Amino acid sequence: MAADLVPLTVAAPLVAAALLAALAQFLPRWVPDLTAIVVAAGVTALGVLLTLASRAHPIVYWFGGWRPAGGTALGIDFVVEPLSASLVALTGLLTTTSLVFSWRYFEEVGHLYHALVLALLAGMAGFALSGDLFNIFVWFELMSVSAYALCGYQIHQSAVVQGAINFTVVNSTGAFTLLLGIVLVYGRTGALNLAEIGEALGSRPPDGLVTVAFTLITTGLLVKAGAVPFHFWLSDAYAVAPAPVGALFTGIMSDLAYHTFARVYWDGFSGALGSASAAVRDGLLALGVASAVIGAVMCLLQADLKRQLAFLTVSHGGVFLAGIALLTPRGLAGATLFVITDGLLKAALFLTFATVVRSLGSGDELALHGRGRTPREALPALIFLCCALGFAALPPFGTFLSAALIHDSPGPGWPFPVLAACLAVTSAAFLRAGARIFLGWGPRHDPLLTSAPGKPGEPGEPGDGEPDHGGGGAARGRTALLIPALALVAAAYATAFVPGVAAEFITASHSFEQPRQTAHQVLTGHLPPSPPSASYTPTPGAWTTAAAATAAALALAAVSLRTPGSRPGRLRRVLVPPAKALKSLHDGEVGDYTLWFTTGLLALGLAWTLTLR
Amino acid sequence: MAPYPYAVAGVLFVAGLYGIVSSRNYIHMAVCLTVMQSSTYVTLICVGYLNNGQPPITQGAQPGKPLVDPVVQALTLTDVVVSVVVLALVLALALQAHRRTGSVDPDRLRGMRG
Amino acid sequence: MNTRTRALLFLPLGAALAAFLLWGLAGLPDFGSTQGPYARYLARHATAQRHVTNVPTSIVFDYRALDTLGEELILFTCVMGTALLLRSSREAEEQRPSDRPTSAAQRHLVSLLIPVTVLLGLWTISYGYLTPGGGFQGGVVCGAAALMLWAAGGYRDHRALTPTGLVDAAEGLGAAAYIGLGLAVLAAGHAFLANVLPLGSTGTLASGGTIAVLNWATGLEVSAATVLVFHEFLKEYVQTLPGAAED
Repeated sequence: MAADLVPLTVAAPLVAAALLAALAQFLPRWVPDLTAIVVAAGVTALGVLLTLASRAHPIVYWFGGWRPAGGTALGIDFVVEPLSASLVALTGLLTTTSLVFSWRYFEEVGHLYHALVLALLAGMAGFALSGDLFNIFVWFELMSVSAYALCGYQIHQSAVVQGAINFTVVNSTGAFTLLLGIVLVYGRTGALNLAEIGEALGSRPPDGLVTVAFTLITTGLLVKAGAVPFHFWLSDAYAVAPAPVGALFTGIMSDLAYHTFARVYWDGFSGALGSASAAVRDGLLALGVASAVIGAVMCLLQADLKRQLAFLTVSHGGVFLAGIALLTPRGLAGATLFVITDGLLKAALFLTFATVVRSLGSGDELALHGRGRTPREALPALIFLCCALGFAALPPFGTFLSAALIHDSPGPGWPFPVLAACLAVTSAAFLRAGARIFLGWGPRHDPLLTSAPGKPGEPGEPGDGEPDHGGGGAARGRTALLIPALALVAAAYATAFVPGVAAEFITASHSFEQPRQTAHQVLTGHLPPSPPSASYTPTPGAWTTAAAATAAALALAAVSLRTPGSRPGRLRRVLVPPAKALKSLHDGEVGDYTLWFTTGLLALGLAWTLTLR
Repeated sequence: MAPYPYAVAGVLFVAGLYGIVSSRNYIHMAVCLTVMQSSTYVTLICVGYLNNGQPPITQGAQPGKPLVDPVVQALTLTDVVVSVVVLALVLALALQAHRRTGSVDPDRLRGMRG
Repeated sequence: MNTRTRALLFLPLGAALAAFLLWGLAGLPDFGSTQGPYARYLARHATAQRHVTNVPTSIVFDYRALDTLGEELILFTCVMGTALLLRSSREAEEQRPSDRPTSAAQRHLVSLLIPVTVLLGLWTISYGYLTPGGGFQGGVVCGAAALMLWAAGGYRDHRALTPTGLVDAAEGLGAAAYIGLGLAVLAAGHAFLANVLPLGSTGTLASGGTIAVLNWATGLEVSAATVLVFHEFLKEYVQTLPGAAED
């Protein structure tokens, strides 16, 4: 029964988008808003339903009814298992929230915005579910193309043009790299279905083609995900996206690419690379930790709230990648739960920014110094605080449970303290920004921080990428605008208290990491045995580390609010040159970014050439 | 003969990437993206070729001769559409860059720093 | 970093990348030597299973019809996206300055070619599942005919003969028809996009079942999408004409 609903995850948003485009000229203005919200809410419900329905074993749906013939897949399948389905539910929920928030936000373009957001939603859902490598590329492109256009909404600002071009060029480079890898795999195996590819690559030791193809596919997906050193476009693009769109980009779009990478690795390559899994783990862990560290440091060095959140996305993406890289059920379960809880917080924060920008007229923490010190801003301040503490894995809430799962996973012990420190640093950046804006603490100027491009910190400038709403009607309906954000925060915090949620995710991850069983089900229709049930409670070590991270975040925020003039501080003098050097790499030049892309691709390729055997 | 068609694909990919790295013009950059993408067409079509094969159209086909891979042709069609779409979007953005700065030189469009 | 430094830095990286890619490409089977199981199966059975003589078309609109749905919506998204990104020039639309071509030879020759092009496009769509062609290819040819309207009669004629409201509706309905057919089949109790219509006799226009319907829906959508993309870019061009409003 639930299986028949699988195609609706992509078909419903797409048919709604097409009909809106065809009929919007004859419809009143509220129809596109309402239609889009209803459809996105429907996809959310479908995601939840499919998560619950696929708990015993994955649901395999063959489009066009083309079941495999003699082990050869003829059509395209969606493989629905709880991890992917829960990410579809998250995608739907964030889209619904962002659409509710943006009700009449984009007056100027009418239905175009809704059609693009629905295409983005369908692209993300298909990307999360598809079990066919080429079809994954198609959804990748659909979500990218709609994202390029949405990112350039406020096209008359030059920072927006630059952000959108960097986004388009670097992402397209990544997409073609992914496609070249897919074609290499097709040339070797003659198959596009992931399960069939996994069977065909088998357990033969990896040779040149497999190494190169795996490197290309990994790189292509990591460009989309924004892992260091492929992340440069991300801060440029996300910083200029209008808030409701930015909430979707940082809340879910980047992290989906990591999830899809995990699926492609396990279903397609884990057989061939199984004997070299330590090499795969080390390569991915290196990238994950590098992303977490560089993203966290860059996040702390920004004054523009959207750019802070963009670098936070890079940093927390690194945590997700590191969780996947452990290649254990607990690591994957923690990573996926982290995407969900952290994604809810990131989206909530992005929406809160938008209301702050609207009512206070800037999105820059230095420009806003003390201007949020009014009772009207109490609610945004509260959301700020909750999100910032959530980012530091505040026990015992949602993000803590996710981080604890990664902490308690078997595997090398060194990454977790580093990751926890990165979480603390990103959290400190927002605690600092919140204290500065809503309490007026700390200095008004800080030479270390980068302000928004254009006219830095001038009051009255709308934040980059936001539609111009004028100051007048800002107060009206403001609380109503914040309710979606508040609901997201509550959901993120409450996730930890859903009974057995951690155990369910471990169980689901356990079957996720049994690709031969899944392949057998996909290609022959035989249902796998029910996965063993798991149980989980965080260890004392996890509690201590997370509590330490929260404390460290508070301490770091306090330190970074100290007035620099009063005492020059040796620490500051030591830190300035490397911070400046790191910032100068993020120079907005797409040529440089492509050079970094090439370097990263080669470094990964070289490392795996030497270690994959 | 055997390895050369594949070598073309590798060269196109790197050439396109070089063009993007060294580009001083957004329109040139858009074309370089297309060059890079064409390496995927070449690989697709090469992978699907069969010696002594015939086109995958069964109307008037010679019996007994094998058809070349029809799947890669369908995939290439999708790939071509993607290429057109990316080209259109980059050109639209290049037009806007020209409108903002009077130039399509990436160096003239400076907003993002650090 | 300036362009020259970047180019110099890229040289060793590019050489290494080329070597790396060639190492991978060298692992492919020898050119023209083998065929994978998927290709072999479809080359052998597609015509018998789908009564369609153009095998790639049967893949595009049947076996892998979901890819095509995504692809069509990518094109649709691109149209929405270009309209969004280039919207600031909307005010120029009312002005419609005249840029009628001065060469009589151009006007007459292109006018003569327009019906031929439309016919070629429609033929490419209609026979798309029998001989080389299909909705995408034919759609682009039909779209090109709209551009020839501009070449023959200038911008005003081009806009008058391709009214935006109509083309917009055609584009959306083309895409909606494709998905709608899939949903109708789903509602009837089959798999989404399953080919459940009678397959007809091989080699005639009345063959292929839903392949024919999806082919025409795609042809409509692609023609309209192409015209709309031309509209957006021509609007930009029109602003450079004498008599157009300055931006």
